[in-house]
Amino acid sequence: MVIGQIIANGILMGFIYALVAVGLTLTWGVMDIINFAHGEFLMISMYTAFWMFSLFALDPLAALPVCIAIIFVLGIITYSGIIKRVINAPGLTALLATFGFSMFLKNLAQYLWTPNYRYINDAFVSGKSISLGGIVIGMPQVVAAAASIILTIVIMAFMDRTRTGKAIQATALNKNTALLMGINTEKMYAITFGLSGACVGAAGALMATFFPIYPASGALYSVIAFVIVALGGFGNIKGALFGGLIIGLTEALGGFFLGTQFKYALVFLIYLVVIQVRPKGLFGW
Amino acid sequence: MVKNKITLFVITLVFALLPLFTRAKAVHNAIILLLIFATLGEAWNLITGFAGQTSFGHAAFFGIGAYTSAVMFYRYGVTPWLGMILGGLIASAVAAVMSYPCFRLKGHYFAIATLAVAEIIKQVFVSWSYVEGATGISIPIIPRSSGFLTRLFYLQFTDKLPWVYICLVLFTGVIFLCSFIENSKMGYYLKAIRESHEVAEAIGINPANYKLYAMIISAFISALCGSIYAQYILYIDPFMMFSLDISMKIVLLTVLGGIGSVYGPIIGAAIFIPLSEFTRIRLGGSGTGIDLMIYGLLIVLITCFQPKGVIGIAGRIAEKFGRKPTGGEGGVETVS
Repeated sequence: MVIGQIIANGILMGFIYALVAVGLTLTWGVMDIINFAHGEFLMISMYTAFWMFSLFALDPLAALPVCIAIIFVLGIITYSGIIKRVINAPGLTALLATFGFSMFLKNLAQYLWTPNYRYINDAFVSGKSISLGGIVIGMPQVVAAAASIILTIVIMAFMDRTRTGKAIQATALNKNTALLMGINTEKMYAITFGLSGACVGAAGALMATFFPIYPASGALYSVIAFVIVALGGFGNIKGALFGGLIIGLTEALGGFFLGTQFKYALVFLIYLVVIQVRPKGLFGW
Repeated sequence: MVKNKITLFVITLVFALLPLFTRAKAVHNAIILLLIFATLGEAWNLITGFAGQTSFGHAAFFGIGAYTSAVMFYRYGVTPWLGMILGGLIASAVAAVMSYPCFRLKGHYFAIATLAVAEIIKQVFVSWSYVEGATGISIPIIPRSSGFLTRLFYLQFTDKLPWVYICLVLFTGVIFLCSFIENSKMGYYLKAIRESHEVAEAIGINPANYKLYAMIISAFISALCGSIYAQYILYIDPFMMFSLDISMKIVLLTVLGGIGSVYGPIIGAAIFIPLSEFTRIRLGGSGTGIDLMIYGLLIVLITCFQPKGVIGIAGRIAEKFGRKPTGGEGGVETVS
């Protein structure tokens, strides 16, 4: 029963990780840019949820669209303000620009809102739980995981079914050819960055109900998201989903069997092991 | 080659004379950090700039070096000089072991693997009681009355000036070594591997071996820097030594200084270390993070508005010395 409980927790956490990773894999796959500020987008979204809650008494679930919209806009601003200028610069320059931006956002949050931990304690889902055959799972996690699944499916459907999604995929395959086919690649890049922000914005609002909110709260998740994306294969949404589940389960089971202090070491170790068998990630080619 | 050596000699001379013009501790401190990070940049440049394998995990070697000498001194009273060499050897061994699984990976997958290795080592150190875990190690201070030779033996000084010259010796040794490697058979092999793994293999270079050599040398140098840094600041903890920020700082100053050239890390460090020290001294200390906020913004502005600027300036300086910047931008193509 304990094992069942742990596996349930791992899977729920895995879906939330997956949503963060889906956002990251979009920009990584389409534009070949590692966005180091991804974790900071998550942090800003968590703060947005927090301020919506404490200033306007808006429940994080109700604030979900607001968070998505704000981080979507932040993503587009990041693209047009920074990424657009460095996307054609040699190799690691674009990565360093996002690194500088992450440093800026993290310390801006610290400057504006102090490094203190903040919590959303009495959200609609707080303190509730459901019991399934002896396995008790917290309501915040269930809601967050369910929303993550829905949003991941929406993103997948968007990429495969809509014209814009197909145009983004075409841009990812070959920018110049896409341009010749009449696709506005600049706009596609901007939309991709916005979508990436929207994913992480949603994840932030959902995580704010059960994680502490502080300026460095995004940093750990961004490193985990890097690993998940690489584990699944760059640019592969399905890969990010399965990668998230694997990492969530590893973290939960590793924490139980080896002790919580080793759970992250195990998460990184599992990446090194999997990558030996699939050098380009689970779904990479 | 002669001109190259003269340039490097002039750079060394400038750093040797510069601290004599001022008694300001902040300036000495900036020069020490500059030299340490320029040396780290040279080490990183060997594996990433020359061999084209992007590493995001050099903090691992830096931290191992720092921890080895600190633990040896803290636990057994062994001189940091010996600890430093031991640290270098351990870091090289770790590099050799991690290289085997990692070098099969290409591009970003390799970069993330190095990041994962550094994170694993950090987690191990955090919960390892022998190295005081998350608390970190405060290096024991030797008696105030100790003479200069004792201080040199235990690498603890009351003044910053000896540090400048110790770092300078390491820095000089490393830049001459890197310049030697760059112009040796190995340097050309590494660049060939960077340009095309397959072609290098086809003309009879064994990429696995040469990447391994580059990684081992790089790890050894990084560990020496770590030992010196630990002795200099006298306190280390896993979060500080193995942080992604240290790895990224090395990447930052080398890439913006000019990747794949011996001068790159020197130029990068000469720009970014004084900049970060200046913002820290001017604005830090209040705990509001405004110094790092502005530093981050400056990085964004530099990369946005002068994506090739610093490298371009480096090229112009190199041209003045009658030398074309070798492989100034080639190395960065490898991340795909």
